[in-house]
Amino acid sequence: MDAPLRLISSNPLDQLAKTIEALLVVASAPLSPAELADAAGDDVERVEAALGLVGERYREGRSGIVLEHVAGGWAFRASREAAEACSRLFEKPAQRNLSQASLETLAIVAYLGPCSRPDIARIRGVAADSAVANLLERGLIAEAGRSEDAGAIRYRTTPLFERIFGLESLSALPRLDDIGESTEEIRDRLHAVAEKRTA
Amino acid sequence: MIVRELELDLDAFEGPFDLLLTLVLKDELDLRDLDVAAIIIAFLERLDDADQLDLEAAGEFLVLISALLELKARGLFPDEAAELAELEPEEAAEELARRLAEYRRMKEAAQWLRDRLDSEGDRFFRLGPAPLAPKVEQPLAPQSPERLADVLRLLAKEPAQVSLAHMALRFPPVAQFLDRFRAVLRKRSRIDFESEMTDLSRVEQAVAFLALLELRRNGEVTIEQAAPFAPIRISRTDVEREDSWTLRSA
Repeated sequence: MDAPLRLISSNPLDQLAKTIEALLVVASAPLSPAELADAAGDDVERVEAALGLVGERYREGRSGIVLEHVAGGWAFRASREAAEACSRLFEKPAQRNLSQASLETLAIVAYLGPCSRPDIARIRGVAADSAVANLLERGLIAEAGRSEDAGAIRYRTTPLFERIFGLESLSALPRLDDIGESTEEIRDRLHAVAEKRTA
Repeated sequence: MIVRELELDLDAFEGPFDLLLTLVLKDELDLRDLDVAAIIIAFLERLDDADQLDLEAAGEFLVLISALLELKARGLFPDEAAELAELEPEEAAEELARRLAEYRRMKEAAQWLRDRLDSEGDRFFRLGPAPLAPKVEQPLAPQSPERLADVLRLLAKEPAQVSLAHMALRFPPVAQFLDRFRAVLRKRSRIDFESEMTDLSRVEQAVAFLALLELRRNGEVTIEQAAPFAPIRISRTDVEREDSWTLRSA
């Protein structure tokens, strides 16, 4: 999205910050700097600078509303201090009572997605149908085309997933290569069994 | 009716049903080659022949055919355990370790997600469908009434008459040659067709020949030709001719 280029803006930064505040209050999903720039009629660099001002004002401990960078954009949420009060009034249907099967399926889709139900079943060793249906209903995953070989529907995680788990993007997920040691352990144990069988 | 004695005539197998089952169970017949639907159709046809519905036979058939279908369905899917079994123990261990490691990594990831859910559980935010984006207006380009009038005037003008001249028939009428031949034959009783045609175009020659045939039909002339491609000689018949026929153009 290309915002019109402005060499000298007559609009001071704090004025732009107010506009951004207003846009974020109306929005129900995180807005990217490009979207904010488009709506405010300003350029992305200035929007990012103004977001700094907004973030300074709406931060944890200072305000009941907090600006956060989440799911590839910027959004307001309630402060953590107010969480208890919020929980008395509001439910969190998307993440309530997530089963172990659903979480494992969600992890597979988040790390390996887009992937199909057979892909998930192959890793977990059991059919993934109900877990996938459950995550779809919660809006944590969505369809993302079909696989090239078998034509199975593939799934990816949604922006809602990133938002609920407080992730700026999927790349904010921790790397999982750091558990190599235990993989080695499994390997050694299996090799020991294999040697016994051939002997 | 005895289901086991149901005679089958399939591409892959011919004989009674129980023999088919025996062969399948002994792995001597590949289920993938077997058209199960054809067996069902054979049974239904047989069932149709009987006056009364044989419930016992139908029940027995249902049990057997569903077992067969299940066997076939299983056979169509790759057997992961068998794939593993085909590997050398070393390779199988390697493959198992890889799968276990992959699953273990995903279990770790799931655990991370659960921890994350606990730590981020106190984040509340607004959720809902986004308000609709405003409709983009598409204004018309600036308009001028004069230009509109010009264009309308252009449309109102009667179009020029389209000339059909090029579609006119270029054949000269046969009557022209009828008259010509008659005029010549009035002076001479015998003429040579070719010598009359010397300064004519190909199309005119063809029409002239039609005129000649017309004269022949009317009995005004006789035509002679000694051999193919020899000169065509035309002689006047001295019979009184009648002008009762109508002239036709080609």
